Amino acid sequence: MQSFEYANPATLKEAFAALGSSWEDAAVLAGGTDLLSIMKDYVQSPKRVVNIKGIKELGGISRKGGSMRIGATTTLDELTSNAAIRSSYPGLVQAAMGVTSPQLRNMGTVAGDLCQRPRCWYFRRGFGLLAKGPNGEALVPTGENKFHAIFSNGPAYFVSASTLGPALVALGASVTIASASGNRSVSVEKFFVAPTGDGQREIDLKPNEIVTEILIPVPATKNATYEVRQRELVDWPLSAASVALRMNGNTVTSASIALGHVAPTIWRATQAEKMLVGKTITAETADAAGEAAVANATPLSGNKYKVQLTKVAVKRALLAAAGIKA
Amino acid sequence: MSSNNDSEKDKQAQSGFSRRSWLGGVGTGAVGVGVLAPEADAQAAPKVMSGEVEISLDINGKKRSVKVEPRTTLLDALRNRMDMTGAKRVCDRGTCGACTVSVNGKIVYGCTMLAVDAVGKNIQTIEGLAPEGQLHPVSAAFVNNDAQQCGYCTPGFVMAAKGFLDKHPNPTYEQVEKGLAGNICRCGTYVGVRKAVLEAAKNYKGGSNA
Repeated sequence: MQSFEYANPATLKEAFAALGSSWEDAAVLAGGTDLLSIMKDYVQSPKRVVNIKGIKELGGISRKGGSMRIGATTTLDELTSNAAIRSSYPGLVQAAMGVTSPQLRNMGTVAGDLCQRPRCWYFRRGFGLLAKGPNGEALVPTGENKFHAIFSNGPAYFVSASTLGPALVALGASVTIASASGNRSVSVEKFFVAPTGDGQREIDLKPNEIVTEILIPVPATKNATYEVRQRELVDWPLSAASVALRMNGNTVTSASIALGHVAPTIWRATQAEKMLVGKTITAETADAAGEAAVANATPLSGNKYKVQLTKVAVKRALLAAAGIKA
Repeated sequence: MSSNNDSEKDKQAQSGFSRRSWLGGVGTGAVGVGVLAPEADAQAAPKVMSGEVEISLDINGKKRSVKVEPRTTLLDALRNRMDMTGAKRVCDRGTCGACTVSVNGKIVYGCTMLAVDAVGKNIQTIEGLAPEGQLHPVSAAFVNNDAQQCGYCTPGFVMAAKGFLDKHPNPTYEQVEKGLAGNICRCGTYVGVRKAVLEAAKNYKGGSNA
């Protein structure tokens, strides 16, 4: 990787002073599991790396008003070991355990999971997020696209790499983003953005900003995540579904269904959500919700199989949330 | 929103980025002097490290002084600057586990941590697992169960297994299977490795730096 300066701030104020106005000026380092790799591949070569792990206020899990606060630099291991998280948000723990490597769970952070760059092999080989060829043509639709989006009509075809994103979207979580000029809050759902032009990022974050915390409403939901993956070892899922159900007895009063690894953003299955209201979760209704979730899919030449995987992921996540064995 | 993918692409086209450059890794780069961005609040600005710097690392209970650049990974500092070649450099992308070391009692990928980020932390490597001439119970169990073939992944697997047993002293087979998912063996010795970890569990009862 290219040489860089290293800053190790102890406070947010120091960190803001070390960040720059462009992505080339500085990159934020937390777990480093994605940043170091992408720097070794020369996809990003920031002049400065700012390690935020020494900033105490960015860690920890605690109640904050009507929410559960997860500090940005909380590791996935800390998240999955936390008793309060385990009891209220099994869907989030299941998602985090989808990062199957203990080493990565010891290193990787919750905010880092949301901010990791897409795994699209065109992007990782330097063709940009929109993966364009020498004449500006889109490479994905006619190229190798078996791991690409099934819910996107371009110009972005990569899939969000975030593992926690679907669970956090289903749970209605938000992120707090801080800069020298103050804090702002954005829902995790809106944090992910499908770029439409060159130079745009896939998340709503500026180079001089830092994600400081994630807030999850304290729920009365039944939630679960189901991932479909090729292998147990270190890899990203092919498709994932997270669901959060509000129930009155056995009847669904509202449903949130968020899909991962199928679109440039975390994809809400709104039709499936609507059709479940007033229903009881059974194998039949869960199957129908899976069908509805993929009804508008627009798969590419090499990834039609992901439509079926996604349908099954929705069905199994719903059954898991309702406590029904598949 | 100023990431310029086109210019990044151009840079790579010029540098002829290829698989070969993956293997190039850390060179002995130029020494530079850090200058903070002029817009930064001078009073709030943290110290910036750049060029070659001397750091002290706490490795296997001993303080070691080593010169690194900020971009030097912990793995490369161990292997190339301190001749501790137990941790292996294979994928260098945090996906294979051959470089597994323990930092503050937690197993991590040495290739995916900067050496400067390991300052002040308790680093344990395969070299420090047992006194000279002796085998740690986990290593002994690997020998007993033919848990290696070419052996290149073995130091990382032993460190990962020890880290796993520190957390799960009485594991089930299924826990062993899932608990070692951060390491890859391309010879396919997984069955032997899992048997070794189950045997080691009987002889080794956790604790850091044992």
